[in-house]
Amino acid sequence: MPGVGWLWLVVMLPFAGFLANGALSFARPDAKRLVSAIGVGSVVLAFLLAFGIVQGVAGHSEAPHVMTYWQWMPIGQLTLDLAFQLDPLSSVMLLVVTGIGALIHVFSVAYMNDDPSYARYFAYLNLFVFFMLVLVLGANFPVMFVGWEGVGLCSYLLIGFWFSDRANADAGKKAFIMNRIGDFGFLIAMFMIYRETGSLSFVEVFAAAPTAFVVGGGVITLITLMLFLGCTGKSAQIPLYTWLPDAMAGPTPVSALIHAATMVTAGVYLIVRANVLFAMAPVSSFVVAAIGAVTALFAATIALKQWDIKKVLAYSTISQLGYMILGVGVGAYAAGVFHLVTHAFFKALLFLGSGSVIHAMHHAYQHTGRHEDSQDMRNMGGLRKAMPWTAALMWIATLAIAGIPGFSGFFSKDEILAMTFARGGEASAFFVLWAIGSVAALLTAFYMTRMMLYTFHGPNRTGTDEEPHLHEAPWVMTGPLIVLAIGSVFAGLLNLPAVLPGSGWLHHWLEPVTAASAQFTAEAHIEQATEWVLLGFATIVAITGMVGAWMLLKPEAVKPAAEAPAETGFGKVIFNKWYVDELYDRVVVRPLMWLSDLVLWKVIDKGVVDGAGVNGIATVTRLVGWIGSRIQNGRVGTYVLFFVVGVWFVLRVVTV
Amino acid sequence: MFLGESLAVSAIIFGIGVAGVLFRRNAIVIFMCVELMLNAVNLSFIALAQQLGREGQVIVFFVMAVAAAEAAVGLAIMISIYRHKESVNLNDIRLLRG
Repeated sequence: MPGVGWLWLVVMLPFAGFLANGALSFARPDAKRLVSAIGVGSVVLAFLLAFGIVQGVAGHSEAPHVMTYWQWMPIGQLTLDLAFQLDPLSSVMLLVVTGIGALIHVFSVAYMNDDPSYARYFAYLNLFVFFMLVLVLGANFPVMFVGWEGVGLCSYLLIGFWFSDRANADAGKKAFIMNRIGDFGFLIAMFMIYRETGSLSFVEVFAAAPTAFVVGGGVITLITLMLFLGCTGKSAQIPLYTWLPDAMAGPTPVSALIHAATMVTAGVYLIVRANVLFAMAPVSSFVVAAIGAVTALFAATIALKQWDIKKVLAYSTISQLGYMILGVGVGAYAAGVFHLVTHAFFKALLFLGSGSVIHAMHHAYQHTGRHEDSQDMRNMGGLRKAMPWTAALMWIATLAIAGIPGFSGFFSKDEILAMTFARGGEASAFFVLWAIGSVAALLTAFYMTRMMLYTFHGPNRTGTDEEPHLHEAPWVMTGPLIVLAIGSVFAGLLNLPAVLPGSGWLHHWLEPVTAASAQFTAEAHIEQATEWVLLGFATIVAITGMVGAWMLLKPEAVKPAAEAPAETGFGKVIFNKWYVDELYDRVVVRPLMWLSDLVLWKVIDKGVVDGAGVNGIATVTRLVGWIGSRIQNGRVGTYVLFFVVGVWFVLRVVTV
Repeated sequence: MFLGESLAVSAIIFGIGVAGVLFRRNAIVIFMCVELMLNAVNLSFIALAQQLGREGQVIVFFVMAVAAAEAAVGLAIMISIYRHKESVNLNDIRLLRG
């Protein structure tokens, strides 16, 4: 059993994979078998090693294992170490990142097989896993921030992976810029934390927090709000969520790994990590919860009318992240992590499943040479006959995300909603959040069923020539789906509620991390009867959503994308995502462009810098030169005059 | 003896030389004015040498030698300028104006 001392190897394995694959992408881009072996092997090994390490330390000590490798930046009073921290929270994240990551790497082998930049893809993917591990294992804010920025970089690189298409490159830039806004908040929060506590290491900051801050004080509220700004960027919450749907421009396994299962949950991880700070700032926590709930509902409405299968899943991801944020906002930190884990399984499954579908559609269209959108659900339909495995596995994930009892999503989502409901005793605003969350749950069940209905059921709309060429994905792709499906069903067992004969295992597992905040939050208690009612209500909501979609939607009536009529009325508004992108364009982008163009460029840059600065100095120099040249008139007499005057002057000065 | 008078004559001659250089335009005249100034200085050296020792007289020979060399070079330049420009008026020779 490997000890904690091997933790560095878990992190360095993917990094070694990145170096090797990066070198191969230049030296031997055709060595696909070698690239796959390195790319997949490094992450699988990291997972196995991480599993062993976590097994070894489980339940041995309450204190986190902090491994300090070297002094990174000693600056006066502040010493920043490159240090990793293994505790219950980071071990959960460690296993999710390496486990789901390994499955997605396997899937990518087949999905990306035809891509000319195969080695580059795996190099980026390995680099992402490396930075994600730095993020979740970092023992202080700056190390975490390195990982935080690193995953942002990899996200940018992978969204714009097919950068020869302008739209993909733009989507990458959008993701990067939106995240920078959030990172600004993270940085400010770090500076303030250092000023108040004199340290940045997690152990010291959280130990000092109860004495350094006043509960509900202005400083702690500002710190946590700034941290949360970072979370809204990384975890795609209102108002910084618009990059995530565009991020679907990247390869589908990337969407599954980065933009569904791991990177976007970093914000949730950060809040749980800093749970003491958030628990001491009730106002911030309420803001967090409110933003989470509103995002959950808002994104769910948009998902109702999207036709691009990946866009549906993208908005669904934003919505589910909203649930997690709601959970950690109401102080149910374990519930937030629980939903993070279950969501990682079923959303990765959904994305990889959609990857299989897109893969099949793409090959069918390639076969006949037609150029249709292979991601548009209006071009799909009836795919269950061609792809029975994918259809069945995605149905499992759909049942999980919709919250059908017995599947993992039911337990995690219900726990968040129940905890929100329980806080209603303190302030009735929490009842409102609970109601918003429940409506979002209804919509979730609806839009997921709609997606499955249009993709796999009804008549096929791909085209008569293409239909025979639709095939099930190879086993390398369906294999990971099966593993994820098992997780989607059974991950709920990690944290069964107490009314069912469950022990709340994950809750106890995370207790060393969340215990510090317990003193600041009132114990949210629910009567057993109330909990049964809530469970029943959640079940009814889920079933209503699914049956409603099944009854209301007619896949037979849908026309292929090329012939489809334009949306009208309210449908058009949500099809266009509530025009939020347009709003941002008008309110932020265009004024900024206008300011940059007319003021910053034409006035400041061309006027002040170029005009007064560069050209101004040149003009003055030429003027002085011109005056000087007037003296040089070529008359010897003038020179002699100056000479005589000069001599007279020197003699006067020197001899007096 | 005659020290004051000698220095006065020297100063007058020097002043005439400076004025000539400043206000005349003919290069030959200016050249002669330069010689006047040199000789004015020579005169003051001689006059002062009577009181301060013989080094002043040595300097005078030195100045005469330099002045002779200068006259040779200067006149040669003026001849070639005259061949080129048909004039030794300094108003016509302004090639180095800015």
